[in-house]
Amino acid sequence: MTDKFARALGWTSLALGTAQLVAPRAVTRLCGVDDAPGATTVARLVGGRELLHAALLLGAKDPAQWAWTRVAGDTMDLGVLGRAAANRTGTRRTRALCALGAVAGISAIDAVCARRGTAKAKGPLKVHASITINKPREEVYRFWRELENLPSFMVHLDSVRSLGQGRSRWKAKGPVVDLEWEAEIIDERVGDLIAWRSVPGTGVSTAGLVSFTDGPGGRGTVVDVSLEYGMHGRELAAAVARMCGEHPEQQIRDDLRRFKQVMETGEVVRSEGSPEGHRALRQLRQRPAQPIGGRA
Amino acid sequence: MKANVWTGRNHLEVRDVPDPQILNARDAIVRVTSTAICGSDLHLVDGYIPTVKKGDVLGHEFMGEVVEVGSGVRDLRPGDRVVVPFPIACGACFACEDGLYSVCENSNPNAGMAEKLMGHAPAGIFGYSHMLGGFPGGQAEYARVPFADVGPIKIEDDLPDEKVLFLSDIFPTGFMGAEMCDIKPGQTIAIWGAGPVGQLAAASAFLLGADRVIVIDRFPYRLRRAQRTGAEILNYEEVKVLDALRDMTGGRGPDACIDAVGMEAHHPTPAMYAYDRGKQAARMETDRPYVLREAIMACRNGGVVSVIGVYGGFVDKFPMGAFMNRSLTIRTGQCHVQRYTGPLLDRIRAGEIDPSFVISHRMPLSEAPRAFELFKNKQDECNKVVLTP
Ligand SMILES: NC(=O)c1ccc[n+]([C@@H]2O[C@H](COP(=O)([O-])OP(=O)(O)OC[C@H]3O[C@@H](n4cnc5c(N)ncnc54)[C@H](O)[C@@H]3O)[C@@H](O)[C@H]2O)c1
Ligand SMILES: [Zn+2]
Ligand SMILES: [Zn+2]
Repeated sequence: MTDKFARALGWTSLALGTAQLVAPRAVTRLCGVDDAPGATTVARLVGGRELLHAALLLGAKDPAQWAWTRVAGDTMDLGVLGRAAANRTGTRRTRALCALGAVAGISAIDAVCARRGTAKAKGPLKVHASITINKPREEVYRFWRELENLPSFMVHLDSVRSLGQGRSRWKAKGPVVDLEWEAEIIDERVGDLIAWRSVPGTGVSTAGLVSFTDGPGGRGTVVDVSLEYGMHGRELAAAVARMCGEHPEQQIRDDLRRFKQVMETGEVVRSEGSPEGHRALRQLRQRPAQPIGGRA
Repeated sequence: MKANVWTGRNHLEVRDVPDPQILNARDAIVRVTSTAICGSDLHLVDGYIPTVKKGDVLGHEFMGEVVEVGSGVRDLRPGDRVVVPFPIACGACFACEDGLYSVCENSNPNAGMAEKLMGHAPAGIFGYSHMLGGFPGGQAEYARVPFADVGPIKIEDDLPDEKVLFLSDIFPTGFMGAEMCDIKPGQTIAIWGAGPVGQLAAASAFLLGADRVIVIDRFPYRLRRAQRTGAEILNYEEVKVLDALRDMTGGRGPDACIDAVGMEAHHPTPAMYAYDRGKQAARMETDRPYVLREAIMACRNGGVVSVIGVYGGFVDKFPMGAFMNRSLTIRTGQCHVQRYTGPLLDRIRAGEIDPSFVISHRMPLSEAPRAFELFKNKQDECNKVVLTP
């Protein structure tokens, strides 16, 4: 919703910017500043800036945050128009005041959109995925309950070490620094579900829930996983985003597929095109499908 | 080792590449003794299958001698002679348990890629794009065979390669194409495509009790080969297929129709061909579905359209009205080869059929690029090429 709103603002910027570039004189007349030297040049520059807003708002994945750029632009415009109104009289003054009012209204809308956008970007990253595994529920549950097994199929994890009493130490590869946190199991029903979350104050705020139910017709086990990563602090937010990749949903689905391979076939299935078996981005960085050199 | 490598659209090269090595415990390494070129390879070479990469080793029809096995393979040992099915299948998942090996849920490490295009991912296939796993193929001196305890079928020494090689793909494929028709005594089956797959589908339809089989193509030498299975033939450049089929079946249409042509079908009317070929070139449509359209229009009310010709993406002008209003059934799939290898080997052994009748050319692996040319352009009456490393 917020994003749709932001896109609409983007289109507005596009229209305004185009008008200012194509017909700068008309715009300056409308604002009552056509008597100032260099007014058309300024109008053109402002038009260029509007196009930049448009590009950001129409092109970005999470456009709402970029509405801040419009808020900044609005502030600039308000200053210019305010001065113009103060220095003028008659029709020109009236026109400048009208323009001032319009810009003030728009900037309020921009600010609302931008604030919502920021709130959204700071919200936790939540992903969910589901898979059916052709093994009895007990067995699937037990494998997951050994949390140290998780890195064998979850690409973003380096290691999980059990500390006893439901506590564990998790390590993940970040883009610059490695992330590390301690987690505790907060709910557990043998064969049914496991829920965990990071211990407060250990760096990353994260929680997970996995549930196991009998597959339809008694065939296999349905595994449902929900993961949540909090975004406290800019650096951490960036690290978590990088760790989870561009498409976190896709990544968790791939993780579960590898989990299924391990459960059903004994290990992660490898091909020469993606030989590492479980490294992030491996699907993007495919090798040619030809044997891997080295030993032969 | 030497391998036939894709180096770009319509470019192949036999190159030196590293020898394969075991990557998973259930792998085996096979020294390839015979390998074949398939119509499916043409779609790949022509650039109609997405996610093929420069440097990919091609080939999904091969057999040979086991030279190494991983620690998880119990029932194969070095020295065993095996034919390798083209779909890679784990044998343990929901699909494999149901005999649907070509949609194995575990054998495609790049399932995520295929999902984007197809909704859900099929199995991995040797030498057949990254979307289908990124596995090197068997047009090479050696090949790594994953799930070697599930796919490969052991062959005793008495049968020559040529008699059993096609258990890897086209014999089971032709057989499955016929089996999907649910043939009952007295029935007539029409088959589009007199390539090796169409020829083996014709032979299989007779094995399964068809009364009459009609094979359609435009190359007389291929039609003659199809005729040797006992089939009647139609040259679509000489007759109107729909009219001819109606006349030959008492006005009702064939009981089942097999599409053994797939996405690169040819059309005798230049304008029609240009329409789909143009869309295909502009990537607005990936497949040229003439045969599919015609098979649907030709089939008798309530009949089966069995599609074994390979399609890669999307088709235009699908005659949904005819399909729906006339109670037709479409059945299709990459062949679930593992389901058929045992029973079909028995039929070969019993002398009911010798699939080597499709072979027209035998060439060394080093001449693979030229062999592809012959096969693709139907030169030198090329029907099926077997390559030996
Ligand atoms: N489903 C599977 O598992 C599977 C396995 C192997 C092959 N295939 C597919 O089967 C198809 C045939 O394989 P092949 O090796 O015999 O290939 P091929 O290229 O040798 O034969 C195709 C034949 O179709 C004919 N043809 C083209 N347009 C036609 C039309 N409009 N009407 C009638 N015939 C027409 C061609 O003249 C040619 O003889 C290919 O699409 C291949 O990919 C599928
Ligand atoms: Zn094939
Ligand atoms: Zn399987």
